[in-house]
Amino acid sequence: MLDYMGIINLNEREDNIKGLTGHRPLAAVPIAGRYRMIDFALSNLVNAGVQNISIFTQNKYRSLLDHLGTGKAWDLDRKNDGLFIMNPMYDYYNLGIYRGDIENFKCHMDYINFSKQNNVIITPSNMICNVDYQEAIKHHNETGADITIIYKKADNCTVDFQYCSTLEMDEYGRIERIDINFGKENGCNVSMDMYIMKKSLFLDIVNSCVSTGYCDYFREAVYKYLHKLKIFGYGFEGYLACINSTYSYYKTSMQLLDMDISRELFFKNGLIYTKVKDEPPTKYKENARIINSLVANGCTIDGLVENSILFRSVKIKKGAVVKDSIIMQNCSIEEESRVVNAILDKSVRVTKGKQIIGNTDNPEVIEKKTVI
Amino acid sequence: MKKKEWIAMILAGGQGSRLTLLTKKIAKPAVYFGGKYRIIDFVLSNCSNSGIDTVGVLTQYQPLVLNSYIGIGSPWDLDRKKGGVTLLPPYVNERGGEWYKGTANAIYQNINFVDEYDPDYVVVLSGDHIYKMDYSMMLDYHKEKSAEATIAVIEVPWEETCRFGIMNTGPDGRIEEFDEKPRNARSNLASMGIYIFNWNVLKKYLVEDEADPESSNDFGKNIIPKMLNSGIRLFAYPFDGYWKDVGTIESLWEANMDLLKEDNRLNLFDPKWKIYSVNAIRPPHFAGATADIKCSMVGEGCIIHGEVRNSVLFPGVYIGKDTKVVDTVVMPKVMIGENVVVERAIIGLESVINNGCRIGDSTSGSITLVGEYEQMPQGTVYI
Repeated sequence: MLDYMGIINLNEREDNIKGLTGHRPLAAVPIAGRYRMIDFALSNLVNAGVQNISIFTQNKYRSLLDHLGTGKAWDLDRKNDGLFIMNPMYDYYNLGIYRGDIENFKCHMDYINFSKQNNVIITPSNMICNVDYQEAIKHHNETGADITIIYKKADNCTVDFQYCSTLEMDEYGRIERIDINFGKENGCNVSMDMYIMKKSLFLDIVNSCVSTGYCDYFREAVYKYLHKLKIFGYGFEGYLACINSTYSYYKTSMQLLDMDISRELFFKNGLIYTKVKDEPPTKYKENARIINSLVANGCTIDGLVENSILFRSVKIKKGAVVKDSIIMQNCSIEEESRVVNAILDKSVRVTKGKQIIGNTDNPEVIEKKTVI
Repeated sequence: MKKKEWIAMILAGGQGSRLTLLTKKIAKPAVYFGGKYRIIDFVLSNCSNSGIDTVGVLTQYQPLVLNSYIGIGSPWDLDRKKGGVTLLPPYVNERGGEWYKGTANAIYQNINFVDEYDPDYVVVLSGDHIYKMDYSMMLDYHKEKSAEATIAVIEVPWEETCRFGIMNTGPDGRIEEFDEKPRNARSNLASMGIYIFNWNVLKKYLVEDEADPESSNDFGKNIIPKMLNSGIRLFAYPFDGYWKDVGTIESLWEANMDLLKEDNRLNLFDPKWKIYSVNAIRPPHFAGATADIKCSMVGEGCIIHGEVRNSVLFPGVYIGKDTKVVDTVVMPKVMIGENVVVERAIIGLESVINNGCRIGDSTSGSITLVGEYEQMPQGTVYI
């Protein structure tokens, strides 16, 4: 059995994607028609054989808990190990002042200690990819690194992966410098914020951060240890998107309409699992016209849908037009209305004849349950 | 074991030989239907939605797929600590063993299973019908009439009465006479194969029926007539809704096509009465730039580049460019290449139809069936 436990660290920036994260954490943002962001991180771990997975949340976790349930959808409803959810302990000793993810790890130290696995994989939820951790672990063992950080060599860093960490490595792959991508150069090595290391080292880092007080964030701690430990990079070759802004959410969603990307993301190293909703197949009616779109189950379509993503149970009525848009679960686009370049959160109703027009660089985000 | 008020027994051992190629390796209740489901999903979901938490599924013919499909019943919320779903294949005992000889014999052989729960009522259901029904309303009716047995009935067209077991009822709904496939029917109320019995009454008749060597151990042929003759209180419960026995290729095709009609009475979109099933793990379906889909149902994971009209596509179907699929049921993971025309057909699981094939005929009255895992070489014409 794989001697690894998985930690999904939801200490993620949400300030550039506020429209979709007002009432949910980034990890629970719906994506790709029927998934939530966290499904990718969870499925990648499960597909690699990790059976003990904990999710370190921040606040606003109600919708996340609802989505995860007992972990059954990911085959994590286990007697031994399985899925654990670690919410911040606000009243423990910190008087409600949130001081970064290190503190959350510290509060749940017992769980990490008692887990029987000797190694950890730490991953965020905002890196959308289908990664084979088995390969990364193999590389980790071969290099004999203390910590391996998974990265992707990208060539579009002036536009994408804004504010992600970037890595500079020597010829052997040892990391020499960690920076932040402010979009100055095209080529960069984007850190996927995925770390592989011994559990004991992870605990040491957390403990020393807490006792010395010199770092609040795990990412910061790794940076400080750069020259004390052997920290290596493992290059991931596949498709990667980092969703940390409304723009990147929209852009990534539209990229999924490319079947080569979709096929890789949903099938390559294993399937992506999600909570099932038992919706019937989608029904196309007489006036339906559909072009280049992804459509989940349970929709009823009687209008025009082009270059768009429809989540489950969306209704597109006769004469309605939806173009270059993302329409989340239970939305209803009524007769003769138009939605262009927009992101409609769950259960939005666009009434007869109304229009929502955004632009490509700045899609219009409509809040959950809005009636237009 | 804790006593249960009622439990359900689902007869799922039938071969469905008239479904020919589709039931070569699976029992009829496991046949695909409606772009996502297997036929047995309907009766299992009805049980679950009606509040029945203990269900026995009697299997016999080709049970492998059915067994692994039902599993511990979690898709239907039937994985329970007490009760839940139990698969009941024939078994051997100290006197030897035998197959289920008939529907009544199947229940007779499982008297011990039913007795474990000591139920007041037993619902006997057939695993191969498509309908949505709240059995708890039927139970209320059964109690209200102080019935000892209640049979659900549906009005069928008079000209079809000769295909059904017909109930002649009195004004209060009490069954006075039962005609199995009558030539001159006096009523058009057909039995739907849905029964509620008081368990103590049914048990007595099952034991008596078993002792009768002349009997073919069938509910319709033996048990019900015997109950009628001895004056048991038998009532007909009228059902008004969609109900279909998909016994033949034609009726299976027709039932799928019914889902596409505007006035279709089998509403799969009702959030209060969902039909549960084992969901495919697939992304949403994709319609490409050249796709043209109208009047159809499409499951998850399909990739469509061609024209689809009046058809039902199950999950994971691929349809290439310049291909036309009309009036057809396409089962999971079928690959249809480019320049293909498919009309009035059923294409079985994981078949591959290569470029330039022509399947089916729109002018023909019959349905063209392509079996499971078939390979149609390029340019095949199959009508």
